[in-house]
Amino acid sequence: MGWVTVVSMWFLPVLITLILLQAARRRVPAYETFVDGAKEGFHLAVSIIPFLAGMMVAIHVFRASGAMEVLIQSLEPVLALVGIPAEIVPLALMRPISGTGALGLTSDLIATYGPDSFIGRLASTMQGSTDTTLYVLTVYFGAVGIKKAGDALKVGLLADVCGIIAAVVVVTLVFGAAM
Amino acid sequence: MINVIWAVMLITGFVFAAVNGRMEEVNEALFTGAEEAVTICIGLIGILVFWLGVMRIAEKGGVLRMLSRMLAPVTAKIFPEVPKEHPAMGYILSNMSANMFGLGNAATPMGIKAMEELKHLNGGRDEPSRSMITLLALNTASLTLIPTTVISIRMNYNSANPAEIVGTTLVATFCSTVMALLIDRYFHWRRVRKHTP
Repeated sequence: MGWVTVVSMWFLPVLITLILLQAARRRVPAYETFVDGAKEGFHLAVSIIPFLAGMMVAIHVFRASGAMEVLIQSLEPVLALVGIPAEIVPLALMRPISGTGALGLTSDLIATYGPDSFIGRLASTMQGSTDTTLYVLTVYFGAVGIKKAGDALKVGLLADVCGIIAAVVVVTLVFGAAM
Repeated sequence: MINVIWAVMLITGFVFAAVNGRMEEVNEALFTGAEEAVTICIGLIGILVFWLGVMRIAEKGGVLRMLSRMLAPVTAKIFPEVPKEHPAMGYILSNMSANMFGLGNAATPMGIKAMEELKHLNGGRDEPSRSMITLLALNTASLTLIPTTVISIRMNYNSANPAEIVGTTLVATFCSTVMALLIDRYFHWRRVRKHTP
């Protein structure tokens, strides 16, 4: 998989070069156009703050109060039926809600069980295979002033469930069962 | 839906804090949560400013249009409501390719630009259109070729083979992306059916 690393590293410089060359061909004033577009960036970042602040406070309160633990404990038996090991349940539930929270849990699981254990590999796969649904929703819709989420939240969360189940199945198939 | 979830998270939080005697922690969480949100947004400023600048050059120079024309057959299936050579398509493609290469920081500004264009297409309404939901679903599933953060964590903990999870991640992320698109289709079909009796 070495080529993926190489492509990742070259992707942005090559992309920017292509964009600049094409701009030169079309006689587009590159720097002025850049500044013109960049001005939007600040306003955009600031406009996300209210959405994110509301969401982050709710997530932090939910976690600090102990409600998150209770939710995890009550869902554990249900998820065990689908074959999701108990150790991984907190991560599975945290992944769509909080990116930093999930990253913390992943590091913790890897530290406790070892990176090359079943749990370690499963946690790694889960962490890498989906993004924080609630964050993506808040930032993307917040930035363009969409206040109603419509079906987006349901679609995102259901896709997360599928991703988690897929991670469990794939890791079990590739690296052998949990033991 | 989002209103209910938000309120329920806060209220259950307060109730649990009262029961568990964790009022102090919850009070602290009220402030750290808000603070973290601002920290994240400040961190985004630099990235957004730079990439929106670069993307403006790409738009004016015609790179976005070239990109969308090249991949039009695929994206036209996923986003049937977006005109083929509309700038939104170019932004969507840049967002997806940045995601694929694990460049989340570069993907966000492009995704936001795409959302903006899609909102214009939707007549500026404050409800998400079908395409906006699809784009969001694609981003939450985050089709990634290489999960850089996870690999570096595994390296820190002395994994014998830090990158061995690239394959499993790829399969899992592919599954969740395909499922996201299917679920998105299903919900769209349900919405359409509700409005046309």
